Amino acid sequence: MATVALENLRKSYGKTEVIHGVDIDIADGEFIVIVGPSGCGKSTLLRMVAGLETVTSGEVRINDRAVNDVEPMDRDIAMVFQNYALYPHMSVFDNMAYGLKIAKVPTDEIKKRVDTAAEILQLEPYLTRRPRELSGGQRQRVAMGRAIVRKPAVFLFDEPLSNLDAKLRVQMRLEIKSLQRDLGVTSLYVTHDQVEAMTLADRMIVMNAGVADQIGKPLDVYSDPATEFVAGFIGSPPTNFLQAKRLGRHIEDGAKIGIRPEHIRLVPQTETDLAGTVVYSEPLGAETLVHLKLLDGQDATVRQDGALPIPAEGETCGLSWEPASEMVFGKGGSRIRS
Amino acid sequence: MAGQGGMVQKRGSGLWLTHLGLIVGVAFIFFPIWLAFVASTVDQQAIVRPPMPLLPGDKLIENYTRALTSGVNAPVATMLFNSAVMALGISLGKIAISLLSAFAIVYFRFPGRTLFFWLIFLTLMLPVEVRIVPTYEVIANFGMLNSYSGLILPLIASATATFLFRQFFMTVPDELAEAARVDGAGPMRFFFDILLPMSRTNIAALFVILFIYGWNQYLWPLLITTDPEMNTIVMGIKQMFPSGDDTADWPVIMATSILAMVPPVLVVIGMQKLFVRGLVESEK
Repeated sequence: MATVALENLRKSYGKTEVIHGVDIDIADGEFIVIVGPSGCGKSTLLRMVAGLETVTSGEVRINDRAVNDVEPMDRDIAMVFQNYALYPHMSVFDNMAYGLKIAKVPTDEIKKRVDTAAEILQLEPYLTRRPRELSGGQRQRVAMGRAIVRKPAVFLFDEPLSNLDAKLRVQMRLEIKSLQRDLGVTSLYVTHDQVEAMTLADRMIVMNAGVADQIGKPLDVYSDPATEFVAGFIGSPPTNFLQAKRLGRHIEDGAKIGIRPEHIRLVPQTETDLAGTVVYSEPLGAETLVHLKLLDGQDATVRQDGALPIPAEGETCGLSWEPASEMVFGKGGSRIRS
Repeated sequence: MAGQGGMVQKRGSGLWLTHLGLIVGVAFIFFPIWLAFVASTVDQQAIVRPPMPLLPGDKLIENYTRALTSGVNAPVATMLFNSAVMALGISLGKIAISLLSAFAIVYFRFPGRTLFFWLIFLTLMLPVEVRIVPTYEVIANFGMLNSYSGLILPLIASATATFLFRQFFMTVPDELAEAARVDGAGPMRFFFDILLPMSRTNIAALFVILFIYGWNQYLWPLLITTDPEMNTIVMGIKQMFPSGDDTADWPVIMATSILAMVPPVLVVIGMQKLFVRGLVESEK
């Protein structure tokens, strides 16, 4: 069990800085998800914690011990890779046992630990098989098993579910979550999938171009995004951004009003001065997504209850929302709070 | 797959024509070998008096015993042994060295890494014949004439094998090396526990090619072995040919040729099984 601290962590390749200083204190047993689009540096950040990338400046501490120059094996971590990285010529048992063998754990202890892990992960019937004889989900489990048997202080997950199909992904997501709860091991989990981030995280780090835009509990991040990027990235369909000037507000040049699709109501055109034409509607059953083109050319999406009438294409509707659900963002994308 | 199956399973005249073509081809290639075999089972008179017999005679055991035990210059058994030592030494040595150098080039960043790779690659363009005089000089100065090390060492570095292993190592996912690092495996441990078992099909393929390459060496053994006890079989056959007016002992020479063919054939057949197993298993 361990705490992890990142202090002003930076990474440069040559002269290009890709991580511009990330700070976070991770509590013992906490599940942290690092989420962001491709190329935002989230994997690099994780690999620096793992010790697979060197740290350019700043410090990584595991249990208050600076580990910048410590080899991965001595950091007391275990990592699950995106493509699982199982050793193709070894059986499932040997794959899980390999790290323990190197650490010279006694044979009966190895067997005990692997059997326990196999039981947790329902891998018992497959222990003698080779990885290529397993399905994607089973390989994923073996990769998890390899991490569990080492009893590490920290789990690191690098997009572990992105090679699985949608249904399996949901199932494995739940398994990872409950496993992490049961074992109580501090975890860092990298993903580009915001649903994974929202459902798994105790706290999440939203990365954007090498900067941690926001760190916080998933629901706090959702309801109170710190930047325009976070508001647009977290939540699906994404937040509507409307030019403040076009709405007749004078906040600052280039300011935008962010408003989540579920906070907008469609009303008769006469009740509001903001109106748009329905481009198309997506009835999803429980809810309906209505895509509109506003009269001044901006796009907006409205998410309404599935029971409400679905407007016809080409129909003109008014848009209305509570002033409290507005989020104002300045020209640089940062939130302006009144 | 169904479409391909249809293509492979040709029916009717097409099938027979294909087989006929193949049978003619096999017969064409095999006929000289058959003649050599026949010649190794009859006596001298039967060979020199035309027409040559096409069916084996009754001197098989006698001729082969004579070849193996006495030969012309040296017993064929000795030459076979010398060839085996040289071929095994060259193929195993080449595999060991090229595995290690490919490992270094792919997995370690050191100054001049690409330079070294290209230097190795460059030697591909220099065949043995081009550097044979300086190599002879070096080996002679080391006192390695008429020795196994002299036969093996100059041929042991291989750009081809290094290149092949480099290409293979580059297809191994980086994550595997990283997973091994997280598991606590040092570089050599990773090499022996993971990289080596994963390369075994490539190693088997190379072994076959290199064994035959080593077995068929002619010029180099001819140059550095003057003692008949150190002769290899491929050069030995040529030395059995008479000079001047001596009569050639054709049955023994032919028996020697057939014997020289056996080990490479055995290696190919033996390794074929490993090939197939490797092809089935090595899917990543």
